Amino acid sequence: MANLVEIRDLRVAFDGVPVLHGVDLEVAPGEALGLVGESGCGKSVTWLAALGLLPSKASVTGRVQLGETDLTGAPQSALETVRGGRIAMIFQDPSSALNPVLKIGRQLCEALRLHRGLTGAAAKTEALRLMDLVGIPDARGRFRLYPHEFSGGQCQRLMIAMALAGEPDLLIADEPTTALDATIQAQILDLLARLRAEMNMATVFISHDLGAVAQVCERVCVMYAGRIVEQGSVGQLFEHPRHPYTRGLFDALPRLFGPRTALVPIPGTVPDPRNLPGGCAFQPRCAHAQPFCQSALPDLLPQRDGRKLACAYPLPERGQGGERQAAREGVFQ
Amino acid sequence: MIRFVTIRLLRAVITVLAVMTFAFVVLRMSGDPAEVLLGPDVPQTVIDAFRKQWGLDAPLWQQYLSYIGAIFSGDFGLSMRDRSPAIQLVMERVPATLQLTIPALLLKLGIGIPAGVYAALHRDSAVDRGVIFLAILGFTIPSFVMGLVLVLIFAVTLGVLPSGGFGSWQHAILPAITISIGGIGILARFSRSAMTEVLGQPYIRTASAKGVKWRDVVRGHALPNAAVPIVTIVGFMVGSLIAGAVVVETIFSWPGIGRLLIVSVSNRDLAVVQCILLLIAAVMVVSNLIVDLLYGWLDPRLRA
Ligand SMILES: Nc1ncnc2c1ncn2[C@@H]1O[C@H](COP(=O)(O)OP(=O)(O)OP(=O)(O)O)[C@@H](O)[C@H]1O
Ligand SMILES: [Mg+2]
Repeated sequence: MANLVEIRDLRVAFDGVPVLHGVDLEVAPGEALGLVGESGCGKSVTWLAALGLLPSKASVTGRVQLGETDLTGAPQSALETVRGGRIAMIFQDPSSALNPVLKIGRQLCEALRLHRGLTGAAAKTEALRLMDLVGIPDARGRFRLYPHEFSGGQCQRLMIAMALAGEPDLLIADEPTTALDATIQAQILDLLARLRAEMNMATVFISHDLGAVAQVCERVCVMYAGRIVEQGSVGQLFEHPRHPYTRGLFDALPRLFGPRTALVPIPGTVPDPRNLPGGCAFQPRCAHAQPFCQSALPDLLPQRDGRKLACAYPLPERGQGGERQAAREGVFQ
Repeated sequence: MIRFVTIRLLRAVITVLAVMTFAFVVLRMSGDPAEVLLGPDVPQTVIDAFRKQWGLDAPLWQQYLSYIGAIFSGDFGLSMRDRSPAIQLVMERVPATLQLTIPALLLKLGIGIPAGVYAALHRDSAVDRGVIFLAILGFTIPSFVMGLVLVLIFAVTLGVLPSGGFGSWQHAILPAITISIGGIGILARFSRSAMTEVLGQPYIRTASAKGVKWRDVVRGHALPNAAVPIVTIVGFMVGSLIAGAVVVETIFSWPGIGRLLIVSVSNRDLAVVQCILLLIAAVMVVSNLIVDLLYGWLDPRLRA
C-alpha cells in the first residue's frame, strides 16, 4: 500500500545551524506512528518543517511527499489547503494554543468553513457534533464561551475537534498530553486512539512518554540529535531495543509491573546542535561506544527483523545471547 | 458589571479629588497671587484688602473646604485678572487646543500603528530597522526642538507654511505635526512590540496549522490580541488631548489651553489654573474609564 506521507532527506537549519540532518520517514494510511526522543532532538521541527510552519529564518531542504505533491516546494496556497485539510496538527499546551479572544464556536467554524465550505447554521451544527464527539459536555451551551472558560484537558479536546474539522488523513499530535495531569492524559490518549479507529485517520504521536506511545502506536521512531536512530514496531522496540539510546530511554523509565529495578538515567545531556560530537552523535553518552564510533556516522539501515537501526555496535539481536560484544553489523549490512 | 462600573467611577472621583487637592496645595505654597498680580510697590493696605476680597486671609483648610464645596456646586471661581468666570475663560480655549490635538491624534493612530504592525510583520528587514530608528528619533527629540526645526524648514527656508499664529488651517499644520511626532514614535514602537509578542504565541501557529491564510491570521487572530496593549497607549493619548499641547502652543503662539495655563500660572490666577487642571484630570480620568471598559470588550479574560 502506498505511503500517505514520505519524508526524504529532510534537513533543517536555523541561522546556518543544522538541527535536522536528513530525516527519512514514512507514514502509511491509517497507521499510528510514535516519534520519541529527548527534548530538542527535532521531533517538532520535523513536522513543522513538513507543513511549512517554521519561521523564515529556517532553511528547509529535502522532500515531503504527500500523494503527488512535494510540500517543501509547494506554493503557500497549496500548503494552506493541506494544513488542517489533509494534515492537521495539535500542540503541547492546549490552553495557549487556542486564541484567547475568539469564541470557541468561531474558531471551530473557521476550520469548517476553510476545509468543508460550511457556514452559518450548517457549520454550527457540525461544530456542535465535533464538540460532542471529543467529549465536551453541554456543547450547545458552551459554544459561545472563550478558551479560558475551559479546563486544559477540555482545551485539548477542542483542539482535537478543530483538527478533525477538516477531516484530515493525518493528525500530528505534538506532545498532546505533556501539559495535562495524569488522569486527563489517559482520557486524551483514549480519545485519540478511539478517533483514529473511528475515522481511519493516520496519527503521528510525538511524545517523551514511552508508555503513552505503547498505548497509542503501532510503530515507533526514535530520534536523537536531528536523526532517526532506530525505527520498528512497538513490539520490537519495547521488547528488544537494539540501539543503546533506545535502550537507555527504557532504562530511564519506571516500571509499573515486574520486579522493582533502579532507574538508570542516560548519562550526560543532549548535545548542542552547534557543537555536535564527531562520528555518532550519541557516542559520548554511550556505554557501548568503540573508537570507531567517534570517526564514522552510522547510516539508518534495515535489519533482518524489519526494524531500521543506525548503530555500529548495536545490542545483540534476540537469541544471540548475553552481553557478547556485537560485531559492527549495523554499518555493513 | 454594575459593581465594576461603580468601582471605576469611585476611583475616578477620588483621582479627580486628589488632583484638585494637589493643585490647591502646590499653588498656595508657591507664591502669593496678591504680590504677583498687584506688583511689588503697592501699600500693605491694598494687599490686605485684596486678600480679604478673594478670601486669601482665611486659614488654608477653610479656603480648601470652601473651594471644594464651590466646585461641587458647580462654581469654579472667578479669574483674579478680570473677574470673569474661570470656567468660561477655560472653555473658550478648548476648541483651539482640540484643533491641534485631534488632528495630531489621528496622525499618531494613522501612521504609528500601521508602521509598527508592518515592522513586526517584517522583522529585521530594512523597513523594520528604519521604523525603529525613526520611532526612537521621534520620541527622543523634545517637541520644542522638533517644532523649531520644522519652523526652520517649512516657514523660514521654504516659506510654505506660517511659523506661528492662529487663523487659517495652514496655521495648524506645523503645530499639529510637532505634537504628533513623539506619539507616532511611541505608538510605532509599542504596536511593533505588541504585535511581535502576539505573532510568537502558540495560537498563531495553531491558526496557520489549520490552514488560515497568513493575511487572515494577521487580521483575524493577531491584531485583535495586539489591540489590548495598543489601546492602553491610545488611551493615554486621548487623555492628553487637552494637556498635550502646552509646549507646542507656546512655541507657535497658539491661543489654546496650554497658553492660558502658562499665563495663569505665572500670574497666580488661582481659579483659572485650578479649573484647567481639573479639566485635564477629568479628561484623563474619563479616557481611562473608557479604556477599562474597552479592555473587557477586547479581551474576554479581563471581563469582571
Ligand atoms: N524557531 C527556532 N529557532 C531556532 N532554533 C529552533 C527553533 N525551533 C527549534 N529550534 C531548535 O531545533 C532543535 C529541535 O527542536 P524541536 O522543537 O524539534 O525539539 P523537540 O524534539 O520537539 O523537543 P521537545 O520535546 O522539547 O519539544 C532544538 O535544538 C531547538 O533549539
Ligand atoms: Mg517539540
